[in-house]
Amino acid sequence: MLRAILSDDLPRSRLLAVLLAVILVVLAAAPFLLPGTRALETAARICMFIVLVASYDLLLGYAGIVSFAHTMFFGMGAYGVAIAAAHLGPGWLPIGAGAAAGVALAALTALAIALFSLRVRAIFFAMITLAVASAMAVLVSQLSGITGGEDGLNFRIPRELTPGFRLLEEPVFGTRITGRVIAYYLVFGTCLALFLVMLRVVNSPFGSVLQAIRENAFRAEAIGYRVVVYRAAATCLAAVIAALAGAVFAVWLRYVGPGTTLGMEIMIDILLMVVIGGMGTMYGAVLGATIFVLAQNYLQALMERAAAATAGLPLLPDILNPDRWLLWLGLVFILSVYFFPAGIVGRLRGRA
Amino acid sequence: MNGPSLETRGLTVRFGGHVAVDAVSCAFRPGELTAIVGPNGAGKTTYFNLISGQLPATAGQVLLEGRDITRAPVAARTRAGIGRAFQLTSLFPALSVLENVRLVIQARQGRGLRAFPRVSAQRDLIAAAEAVVERVKLTRLAKSPVAALSHGDQRKLEVAMMIALEPKIYMFDEPTAGMSLDEAPVILGLIAEIRADPAATVLLVEHKMDVIRSLADRLIVLHNGALVADGPPAGVMASAIVREAYLGGALEDV
Repeated sequence: MLRAILSDDLPRSRLLAVLLAVILVVLAAAPFLLPGTRALETAARICMFIVLVASYDLLLGYAGIVSFAHTMFFGMGAYGVAIAAAHLGPGWLPIGAGAAAGVALAALTALAIALFSLRVRAIFFAMITLAVASAMAVLVSQLSGITGGEDGLNFRIPRELTPGFRLLEEPVFGTRITGRVIAYYLVFGTCLALFLVMLRVVNSPFGSVLQAIRENAFRAEAIGYRVVVYRAAATCLAAVIAALAGAVFAVWLRYVGPGTTLGMEIMIDILLMVVIGGMGTMYGAVLGATIFVLAQNYLQALMERAAAATAGLPLLPDILNPDRWLLWLGLVFILSVYFFPAGIVGRLRGRA
Repeated sequence: MNGPSLETRGLTVRFGGHVAVDAVSCAFRPGELTAIVGPNGAGKTTYFNLISGQLPATAGQVLLEGRDITRAPVAARTRAGIGRAFQLTSLFPALSVLENVRLVIQARQGRGLRAFPRVSAQRDLIAAAEAVVERVKLTRLAKSPVAALSHGDQRKLEVAMMIALEPKIYMFDEPTAGMSLDEAPVILGLIAEIRADPAATVLLVEHKMDVIRSLADRLIVLHNGALVADGPPAGVMASAIVREAYLGGALEDV
């Protein structure tokens, strides 16, 4: 049963299995385990980034395709929901229709980019994705009548998902089951399902062809696979999953803006998460996203305390000043890439 | 069927001013093993590239069972029945031996686009791959990544990949090059088995004379891209030895 759910792709390292189980349990019980809205926000962010990073791993780690348009597809899903909800009003139908439109647009765009550029060299594909993603970001900021421009769009979601809604009168395990909790489980459930689908895809016959193409596209073609078809299919699949993650995350945030969905910074964050977690492993996305989001959210607070604790000492408080958090984050990444070139998962499996 | 299974008509490729394969017309029949010799740079591998499609022809035609495949892409030719083992080993290094072979069988059966069943549940594919791996005596290494294999074992896998395709045309490009004396017989034994199949058309680029003597039904000689001799091995070799000076030692007398 477990083997079927995990598609026979077991963690293959006891420590990795424990870490994954802890992350799963904490995320599954987040509304009950973690106090406060900030912690729940972080948990939802982790869920969403796991899917986004895993879908990028499908592309980069399994198919060996370098794309810089992944956040664009994520943004298409998010903006699909936001535009529909902002212009058609709150309700399940606009959200569903907006998500469907965003996903369809992502799939078509991915297909167009893939067929246009995957026949030629890989670097050309990377450049095209960069160009299209930049053009899309400009388009979104210019079409402010529809997209809200640089300000983004705030929109209302169905009442059942808002903090004011109470599913039950009595709290469960000390937590009120508000619309926010329901919204969290919408995010969690969707992300878990999407992750397991991707885990199945990479362990399917199709997934094995992607790995063969990554290893040796020349021979893959020579044994009868039309490489461009498989690459295009992988690009579309990754785009669709990124768009779905974007749609769900937009519902959670009740807001979309260029900074939260389309920015190149997020693209670089995703790249880092894939590399830190371990490319071509899927489980690397879980660890990479969790560690990265936690660091982003809590490193500053941690440094503030450290700076306060060392207030009397020379130099140290300055280095530990919360404003320097990016420096420390950067250092952590350089060290992790240096010491775990195969990512955390690669390292854990290598030891086992 | 007595007609040729594979035929090239005036097949030519030019790189700038250099003619690498020069109007080669030749027909190959099922049940026949044709050895191809020629000095380095004579165009043997280039001729193979034109047949299997890695290189587009400048002029001429390639016909598979009478059908013109000159413009067909590589994957389509493979699916039509052209199998090739490469001179420079070309495998999937990070994947296991069994996975390499399984991928070939999966391609042959057109099952590569199935994205939802598990690979581990495709028992028939795995069993078929295990049988091929057994034929090249690599069973004890079946789970090893290819990158960890010795040169000789990688050469065996290279041949296994073509066998797994079950092609109509088998193209061996120096299959035993660089193999040790105790490893080569596995490959030569397999070639002999394939040759015994009356439906198989075999093309073999080979330098070793004893191999050609024992396996080939026919010998053709390429020189500067042109077909200069064609006939039973004994006769061609006799004349080839006479012309050895100008063939530049195309045959190694082992």
